[in-house]
Formats: sequence, structure tokens, C-alpha cells
Amino acid sequence: MKVPQELKYTNEHEWIKVEGNRAILGITDYAQHNLGDIVFVEIPELDAQVSSGDEVAVIESVKTVSSVYTPVSGTIVEINEALEENPELLNQEPYEQFIGIIEMDDPSSLDNLMTAEEYEQFCQEQG
Amino acid sequence: MRFTPNSDTVVQAMLDSIGLQNLEQLFDDIPAQVQMQRPLDLPGEMSEMELHSLLTGLAGKNKPAAEHPCFLGAGAYDSYIPAALDQLLLRSEFYTSYTPYQPEISQGILQGIFEYQTMICQLTELDVSNASLYDGASALAEACTLAAVHTRKKMVIVPETVHPEYRQVLETYAMSGYYEPVFVPCPHGIMDLEQVADLVKDQAAALVVQHPNFFGHLEPMGSVADLIHQAGGLLIMVVDPVSLAVLKPPGAWGADIAVGEGQPLGNTLSFGGPYLGFMAVTRQLMRKIPGRIVGQTTDVEGRPGFVLTLQAREQHIRRDKASSNICSNQALNAMAAAIYLTLLGPRGLKDTALRCHELAVYAQRQLEEAGFPLLYKQPFFREFVVETPDAAAINSRLLEQGIIGGLAVDQGMLLAFTEKRTRQDIDRLVAAFKGE
Amino acid sequence: MSRLIFEKSRPASNKMNIPPAEVGQVDMTETIGEEYLRQGELPLPDVNEVETVRHFTALSKRAYGVDDGLYPLGSCTMKYNPKIDEWAARLPGLAGLHPYQPLETVQGALQIMYETSQWLCEITGMDEFSLQPAAGAHGELTGVMMIKAYHTQRGDTGRTTMLVPDSAHGTNPATAHVVGYKVEEVKSDARGLVDLEDLKSKLGPHVAGLMLTNPNTLGLFEEDILEMSQLVHNSGGLLYYDGANLNAIVGVARPGDMGFDVVHVNLHKTFGTPHGGGGPGSGPVGVKKHLAQYLPVPRVAKHADQYVFNYDYPQSIGKVKEFYGNFGVVVKAYTYMRALGGAGLKEASQHAVLNANYVKTNLQGTYHIPFDRLCKHEFIVTAKEQMDSSKVSTLDIAKSLLDYGYHPPTIYFPLIVREAMMIEPPESESRERLDDFIAAMQDIADQAVKNPDLVKNAPHYTVVRRLDEVKAARNPVVRWEEAIDV
Repeated sequence: MKVPQELKYTNEHEWIKVEGNRAILGITDYAQHNLGDIVFVEIPELDAQVSSGDEVAVIESVKTVSSVYTPVSGTIVEINEALEENPELLNQEPYEQFIGIIEMDDPSSLDNLMTAEEYEQFCQEQG
Repeated sequence: MRFTPNSDTVVQAMLDSIGLQNLEQLFDDIPAQVQMQRPLDLPGEMSEMELHSLLTGLAGKNKPAAEHPCFLGAGAYDSYIPAALDQLLLRSEFYTSYTPYQPEISQGILQGIFEYQTMICQLTELDVSNASLYDGASALAEACTLAAVHTRKKMVIVPETVHPEYRQVLETYAMSGYYEPVFVPCPHGIMDLEQVADLVKDQAAALVVQHPNFFGHLEPMGSVADLIHQAGGLLIMVVDPVSLAVLKPPGAWGADIAVGEGQPLGNTLSFGGPYLGFMAVTRQLMRKIPGRIVGQTTDVEGRPGFVLTLQAREQHIRRDKASSNICSNQALNAMAAAIYLTLLGPRGLKDTALRCHELAVYAQRQLEEAGFPLLYKQPFFREFVVETPDAAAINSRLLEQGIIGGLAVDQGMLLAFTEKRTRQDIDRLVAAFKGE
Repeated sequence: MSRLIFEKSRPASNKMNIPPAEVGQVDMTETIGEEYLRQGELPLPDVNEVETVRHFTALSKRAYGVDDGLYPLGSCTMKYNPKIDEWAARLPGLAGLHPYQPLETVQGALQIMYETSQWLCEITGMDEFSLQPAAGAHGELTGVMMIKAYHTQRGDTGRTTMLVPDSAHGTNPATAHVVGYKVEEVKSDARGLVDLEDLKSKLGPHVAGLMLTNPNTLGLFEEDILEMSQLVHNSGGLLYYDGANLNAIVGVARPGDMGFDVVHVNLHKTFGTPHGGGGPGSGPVGVKKHLAQYLPVPRVAKHADQYVFNYDYPQSIGKVKEFYGNFGVVVKAYTYMRALGGAGLKEASQHAVLNANYVKTNLQGTYHIPFDRLCKHEFIVTAKEQMDSSKVSTLDIAKSLLDYGYHPPTIYFPLIVREAMMIEPPESESRERLDDFIAAMQDIADQAVKNPDLVKNAPHYTVVRRLDEVKAARNPVVRWEEAIDV
């Protein structure tokens, strides 16, 4: 499982990249592997106001449907529309394909995220 | 009768082979306090001949509407069922098979349902149909849930011209908390547009319109789709599938969801069930539609074939995140509908609808002349309410003559006309109204 | 794939003759109005009767029913569907009844409903039944709604959680969720049964109830059921019985005696009504006295010799279906129960359990059996050995069975056992059929070692081979559309 060092991680298998006041959100390699072939992505709503813990996207594979949650509050300022036509991109390039970008209200919630090392440990415990 | 093929000798041999002495030992894992200490207090077995007699006797106590002139409608219709349909449905591969989870040996069922889905789309002029739901009423409840989840709002506006049993089912299903039905009184037999418009504002998730409505009348559809769409809600139409042969379909009215009772399409009256709930939606709602869907695909050698698809939305995968718990469909009833529609064909279905309408119009004029006008002076398709305080008495008179009258409703009688009725039936009906 | 019916459509080939009404011409632009009329032709297929019959006959030959052979689907109880049941349901005096006919004209129908409820009460040990739900999941919905109504009426609105074993069928948590409950899973222990300690830790004033199947989805009887019942009731919750596995215990044990407050039964499983390719079924719901007031309306009552429908139940949850339930299916179940009688119903369960244990014993050594002890009417094997030796999965084994002419057992359920295959050989299967099935399973296990690719690429002999489900989900094509020439 790829786990890029420079990213932060949640216990719902999302990754976050922070650029200034913006949090870029995606799903990890572990997540896409577990989901199997992704068939559809319900992408986030542009301009939506979200709170930490809200569901912002839904990913459908042949065998399951999974929610994507935002660990931070703020406004969704950018979405990855390519995922609508080509949901398999998430399987192929989970770290290159973001799902949404959130302009944060409160960057301190980032403190609760895991480092790459902590996330790797977490995945191992999941089995 | 017994359907256990192994003789006592074989049973004993099987027990021996697995190290047991008797059948009772097979239940040693059930604690003694839990096991029954007595046999079931039920009658003994019956031979087939005795069963034959018993069931014939029970059936004989009834006066089936399908074998008498019958003017009952209200959601279930005495349609003519072609002989070929009955025979095809008796093919054991159709009725003794399970849900097509193993598509390689179920292509026939899957294709049949795919064809059914297509025909529902053709009738309703909507894009996607599912493989069916339990009945019209529960289909409506599922549609309201869909609309609420999709729009993230709760209010569903339901005129009281929608079938009373459908409204009851909506109330019961509302326990889920997904939607809140708001019922609108309609004292004039059709939807009260002003009241509806007042309620819609911007909080409505959906507006439900039954067309033709419970009383058989056409609802004022003209501005309805715009009204609800502007408020950010969905239009759900409840329709009689036979009427769609001649009436403008839901898709053409701008409906987002169409549901209804498919029973008139080749399914027996069967005292209320099993029936057939159909649901069709616009393309945007495809991934939200509940229930099963059959889709087309290819196999490893490039051959076209069918599978159940979009299953990730279903209960067995979504589990506690599912917005519907429906697990099955009414496959055999849907198959019956597909066969029925094919046997009738486009002209046959249209002629059927026309015949129903013509009989209804004739009856209404005769009744009016006899002093029994429409309760609600509105256009109708094949059903209407005639004004009379005496529905019960009229029905008694009719029953004495072997005719099943219409449904007694507030201030009148709801009369329905299917293609099986004749001019003579109607003349006798009118005579009974007149007290003859 | 045989061609679609739409591709067989030819203009003017359908000759169905619907005679005119002979009541004078009606101009629909006057009686209905132009703006309410359909424009254009109905796009339905235009096919004559001969080709229609051939088309659907051909479709039937690409399907597989219980009448074709063994269908060992765990938790589905694919037993033989007696033809006398079909005959009964089709009697005009039963099939031809309109639900709103005057009650004096349907006394035979009401009698069937009344007696069916009585038989179900005796079989399950419950006090009252409603025949209204149209399927098992529908019965569950009704039952869980009644549980909610019960707590709400007592003013106990804090009970917002429903407990469900981790081995539960997906409809259980889905139903609870749809009724507005949060769902919490109770773990299974090493025995494959509900972990009592885990259950104790999860019960509390916030729990509305526990949904159970007994025997459970592993085919094992929950021996601690009396204790579980006490625990749940002591904490103020109710106990729900999912009747999917009732075929294991009819005449031997009853959910009512185990402490269950609400049960649903599946007429299309335990009571032999046909599955119809996915429906219609019927899921009657039974309750103990203290919940009877919540049952859906109407209920059938008997006064002297007359049967009536009673709607006067102000606490009822209302209706879950229009009219009264799947009466046509109820007739089949009634005929089935009368055919077998009390002793016959018990014998059916005994033979079902014998069959399961017989097949299990004969598969020992060939397949990994996670709970290798006395089972009830079904049991689980896994593809563990085959996975370890040659990466052959449960899916591969299931697909191979297709080549041997069998419908595979249930696969990948319950979720708590990896590579699970749940086998249920109902009582209507003879020893010969079982021996054949065992031989096929042994052969496949053999091939999995000697020729794994053969197994991994199965099926080879069916009309289509493995289908691309990813493509079907990514680009759903869910209807036929006329090709447009560009």
C-alpha cells in the first residue's frame, strides 16, 4: 500500500494535503483497494458549506458503497469533475486524483489527523 | 401428501452413515426447555383428492368478480387475461426459479425483466425502470423516500384524491422519518391547485398526483410540473398503466418519478395480491432508484448478456446505510406484465383502453339520464363516482342478479369499466339503479 | 442472448382483436381533451402471438428452477413447490376475487386467511398473525415498526438503537435503519453464536430490541436463546425473530416458546410457495398478545359462522400494503400446510436437518468446515484449502458447479466468514441427488488442485460465461433503445 509521507490521514481512509488555507481531500490506496472496481462517484457539491465529519461524497463499487467524510469545516471550492466520467481514475491514481478542495474555517481540526507512519500502523491493525 | 422422497429405510441408512440412531438426535443442540413437549396441535395430512375437495369447497363459497359482471375498480381491475399468458407463466423455469443472482443460468429471467423494464419506460416515457416493487402503494412510499433523500427536504404534498389506502401506507412508511406527508383536502373530486401551490413554496420535496385519480378523474396537470420544480421539488405521478395507452404519459408531463399498480397488466385479481408495483424515473435519479435493476453487459468472450446491476445500493450491501430494505421484486408478476403487453401489442392495448373509456362514457350518460349524475363534474378515463345516497341498496339488488356493483364512497358509488364489460352489463346496471 | 422482443417487432404483425364496445363512437378530444391525450404511437413491440409464445418459451429454457434440479441456496429453502398449491391458487373462486367485493361473497377467502393465521400461530407459538406483508423484508419492516410503536406508546422515546448480530442478513440492519433506528452489531463468538458478554455490554435503556435468526445464518442453533431473551427483556427491549431459517425447526421448537415478541415467516421458503424468479413472496408477521394492537389493519375475525374484516384498531401501525397481502401466495401456503398436516410439517424439518448433516459429513476432508458440529438445515464450507493451495475462490467453485448442472449455494454470506459457501439441501431432495451433488463438489475440489485454471475460468458450458459486472455498473444499460441511424 502506498502511503505518501507528506500527506495527513483520517481513520476513514481519506488523505489531506494542506496548501495555505485549503485542504485537498482524497481517498487512500488502501481505500481504493478495499472498494474494488469503482463504478461511480457522487462528487461533492460545489460551494457547499460543510462541517467536520460531514459526508461530502459517495463512492460506489460493484460490491459496496462508501461515504467520504471531510475532517475539516469550510466551503467546497473545487471539485474533480473528471471522476464523473471516469470513476476508475480513483482506483488507478488515488493520490493524484483529489475529490474536493475545502477552504477551511478552522485549521486546528487538522491536528487530529494521522501522520503517514500512524496511518500505516492503523491499516496494519485493520488487517 | 408428503414431498420427502427418502423412504424410512433410506433415512435410517443416512442416519447410520453420519453416526446417529434416530431423527430426534439431530436436534440435540436445542436445549430441552426450548423443544416442544407435544406434537403440533394441527390436523393430519391430507391426500391430494381430499385437498382437491377441500379447496374446491372453499373456492365454491365465493362469488368471484372475474366470473360475474363487476363494476369494482379502485386500484384493482378485472382485466381480460389472454390464454397464452397463463400457459407461458406456468413454465416451471419461470415460477420455480430463484432471483437471478447467478446470471449464467438465469439469462431468460434477466432478459424478461429487462424487457419489462423497457416496456415500463415506453409506457411512462421516462428513462429508467426498476425490476418492480411489491405494489403501487409501497412503490409510492419508496418514491417519496427517494424524493426526500434526493432533495434533502421532507415535505411531500399529497392531495386527498390519491387512493385512501395509498395514503395510509404513506403514513405508515413515514415512520422512517425520511419524509412527512401533508394531505390536502379536495372537496371537488380533483386536486385543489390553489391549496397545493400555497403549500409548495420552497419546502416541498415532492408533489404526488394520481392521474386519473382515485375517483377516476383527470387532474389539472398543466402547470403542476413547473410549480413543484420551481420550488426545488420532484413531481411524482401515480398512474393506471392501461390509461397510458391513450393518455399523455408522466414523462411528457415533466414527472420525475412515475409509480403505479401494474395488476391490470395480465395479473389476476387474487383478492388483493400478489400485485405489481412499477417505478420509473428520469436518468438523473437512476442511481437512487430502490429495488433491483437488470442491466446489459458482455461476458468474457464478448457475448451480450444480462446481470442484476447497481446492486451496491441494495440492502444486502448497503445494510444500515440503505434507504430502502426491499430485497425482492415481483418477478413473476412483472414477467406476466411483459407477456401481456407483448400479446396485446400497441394497437391491442390502445383498443383495450378505448373500449374501457367508451363503456364508461356510455354508462355515465345512461346513468345521468336515469337521474344519477356525476358527483364530480370532471372528465374521466374509465372510472367515476355517481351521486346516490343508496349505494348499499343498489349493490344488494345487483348482487341478487349476480352482478357485483361499484364501491360505495361518500355520497355515491365509484364505478369502474374494464374491457370485459358489455353494453348489456351496463344496461342491467342502470336498471338496478332505477330500482328495477 | 436471444434477440430482444423489440428486435422481433414488425409493423402490423400483432393481430390481437379487442372488439369495439358497441356503445357508439366516443371522441376523446371532447371527453378528455386534446392536451391530455398521448401523442404519437405507443412504442410497444408489435409481435404476433406465435412469435410471442416462442420468444418467452425460449427465455424459459435459459432459466433454472427447482423443477430442474437441486438448488442448495443457504437461507432460501428452495424446496419443491407442490403443483396442487398452484392449482388451488388458480381456482377462479380464489384467483378471481376483487379485494373490495362484499364480504358475504368472499367467505371462503376469509376462511383461508383466518385458518392460515391459526396454523402459523400454532407452528410459531405466537398469538396473532397479519398476512399483509408482501415479502420477508416487508414482514421485517412491519415487525420493527411495531416495536417502535410499542416503545413510543409507552413514552420510551430514548430507545433509538436496534441490535443485530454481525452475521445478520442485510435486510435486518437495512430494515432497522429505514424505520429510523441506529444499528449496532453484536459480535459472534468462536462457537459461531451470539457472544453473550458482548450482548450484555451493548444492552441498555437506549436499545429498542435485538433481531435474531434461529438457527442463525451459520446454520447453528443459538443455544443461549432463553438467556438472551431474558437479558433483552430485562433491559426493556423486545426480541425479533427473522423466520428465514424456520424450516430447521418446525414441529420441534417454536420462536414463541423461546421468548420472541415478534416474528415474521417466509411463505416462499418454509411453506413451499414458488420463488417466481425473484417474487412474489409473502412475509406474514406474528406477535405475542401485548403487541397485537399494533398489527396492520384490517384483521380477519370470526363471529359465529361469519368472517369479517375488522379495522377498529386505533393503535395499529396502519397499512404496509394496499389491500390485504399476497392472498394468492397465502392460498399456496395454506394448501401446503393442509397437505402435510402437523406430523408432515415436522417430518419436513427433520429431513431437512438430516440432509444438511449428511452432506456436511460427506464434504469433510474435501472442504474446510469452520463449524464442524451438528448443524441445522444448512451449513457453511469455505474455499480456504483451495485458496491456500491454488488461489481458487468460493466464486470459482460456485461457477464450476454451473457446469455440472447445479445452481450454486449461497456465496460470500454471512459476511463474518471469509470465502463462505452456505449449503442448504431441503427435505425434498433424495439421497441420490445429494450423493450426486457431493460427487460434483469433490470433483471440483480435485480439479482445483489438478487443473486450477479450469475452475478459475468456469463456467465453460453455460449460454454465457462470466459477465462483466463492473461494466454493467459503470455504464448501466437498463433498457433497450431503438438504434438511431446517424
